[in-house]
Amino acid sequence: MTSNNDQSEILTIEESPLKVYLDGCAAGKIRYQVDPDGKPVFFPRLFAPGSGGNIEWREATGAGTVYAATTIHPRGGDPYNVVLVDMDEGFRMMSTVRGTESGADVPIGMRVTASMEDIDGEQRPVFVEATEGA
Amino acid sequence: MERTVIVGVAESDLGLVPEGTTPGDLMAQAVMRAVDDAGIALSDIDGLFASTTELTMPALTVAEYLGINLRYLDGTQIGGSSFMAHLNHARGAISAGLCDVAVVTHGSTQRSVGRAKASPQEMPPYEAPYRPINPVSAYGLAASRYLHEFGATREHLAEVAVSAREWAKLNPKAFKQDDLTVDEVLSAPMVSSPLGVRDCCLVTDGGAAAIVMSESRAKSLGLKPIYILGVAEAASHRFVSNMPDLTTTAAAISGKRAFDDAGLKPEDVDVAELYDAFTITTLLFLENLGFCKRGEAAEFVKDGNIKPGGSFPVNTNGGGLSYCHPGMYGLLLIVEATRQLRGECGDRQVPGAEIALAHGNGGVLSSQCTVILGTEPTR
Repeated sequence: MTSNNDQSEILTIEESPLKVYLDGCAAGKIRYQVDPDGKPVFFPRLFAPGSGGNIEWREATGAGTVYAATTIHPRGGDPYNVVLVDMDEGFRMMSTVRGTESGADVPIGMRVTASMEDIDGEQRPVFVEATEGA
Repeated sequence: MERTVIVGVAESDLGLVPEGTTPGDLMAQAVMRAVDDAGIALSDIDGLFASTTELTMPALTVAEYLGINLRYLDGTQIGGSSFMAHLNHARGAISAGLCDVAVVTHGSTQRSVGRAKASPQEMPPYEAPYRPINPVSAYGLAASRYLHEFGATREHLAEVAVSAREWAKLNPKAFKQDDLTVDEVLSAPMVSSPLGVRDCCLVTDGGAAAIVMSESRAKSLGLKPIYILGVAEAASHRFVSNMPDLTTTAAAISGKRAFDDAGLKPEDVDVAELYDAFTITTLLFLENLGFCKRGEAAEFVKDGNIKPGGSFPVNTNGGGLSYCHPGMYGLLLIVEATRQLRGECGDRQVPGAEIALAHGNGGVLSSQCTVILGTEPTR
């Protein structure tokens, strides 16, 4: 119990979840979280969704499988893909797959691996098709 | 909870409205038309439920415009399904005695002012770097997954657009009335695969209003009621990267709750108005609401079942794809469902319709709200 309704020690934000994530990206790491039952959580939060329980940071291997894929055809611009990747650790994130034929759809189910890329001045995970046996 | 009914519905002007027309003009216009439709006085309204993407405080804008004394204001904004939620909140408020005569309203000038200005899209920091075009990319992702899981094709999606156009040809107010073929849908410019331009809803101006009161008040005033038999709200995420299963929307939850609320089953529904922001949504809602088994909506639509004269009339006004889509489309679904039950739909009337379902979708398949209406209090 805190006195005088001082709740400042509950869920104190020393570093925002986004900053921890981006700092991880800058260090070449994809950080995600797990709840008290070990269930993966993404996007990063202050506490576990559903239960409000504690949440812990983990680091993903970068291996995943394309769950859904769309190719965007901007008026007057080059097409590019946006995908949802199911990471091997059990969370899902939005990203893009590099090295595919321009305008072609990324196959759902394709195994992919992450690497960091500078997007608008920040390191962010993007994916390429995994090599055999990866 | 006291039984609540819809006693008046109206569209505002639709399509492209005169220069300078504001969302407030369209909402107020629709409210006055609904007041006229119901046969009540504007000053009878004491509860207001309003939403639009173009105003930060739409309930205040409409209250100011109407100049009436309100006891209850609600500006719930959960996207295109907001108005189904408003119906739910209105029946709760009426039942609790917090207001007696509620109006739900919406208005948008997104064709006049442009979609980017009318419906600014916020982007979460975990999606923004990859430049999805919301909302269409989220629906493209869902469509990609649907085609992958069930072996469906872009032709199946195109059949949804063609079915909507066939209905639109029967609705004098529909924005698009010209012929549309599957080949034309397939050859239209791609936007966010597998969705092309003709898989996407219209960008129109428009608005609507619906007036809700208790059954007892409607009877005492001698008004013809359409009964709100069931309503349910559900939400599964805000942004698509957090959607648990891209082919199972929260409509599976809202639909079941609404049917339980009404004591009805999908096979009891005579006509369904399903939020067709994109061709994929019609397929998803046919399945998630229990009208088709998983993966079977594609063939169901291809076989002509939802077209005029088909076994199951869907989106009888021509839908968001061919009739009107003013930023948020939900209230126009309720208007059409109500009119079908009143038998006012002319060439597109579903003969003898007694139970209608209006299903709203908001965000990027995020909020799902289902309304079941009937000509009688129970079946």
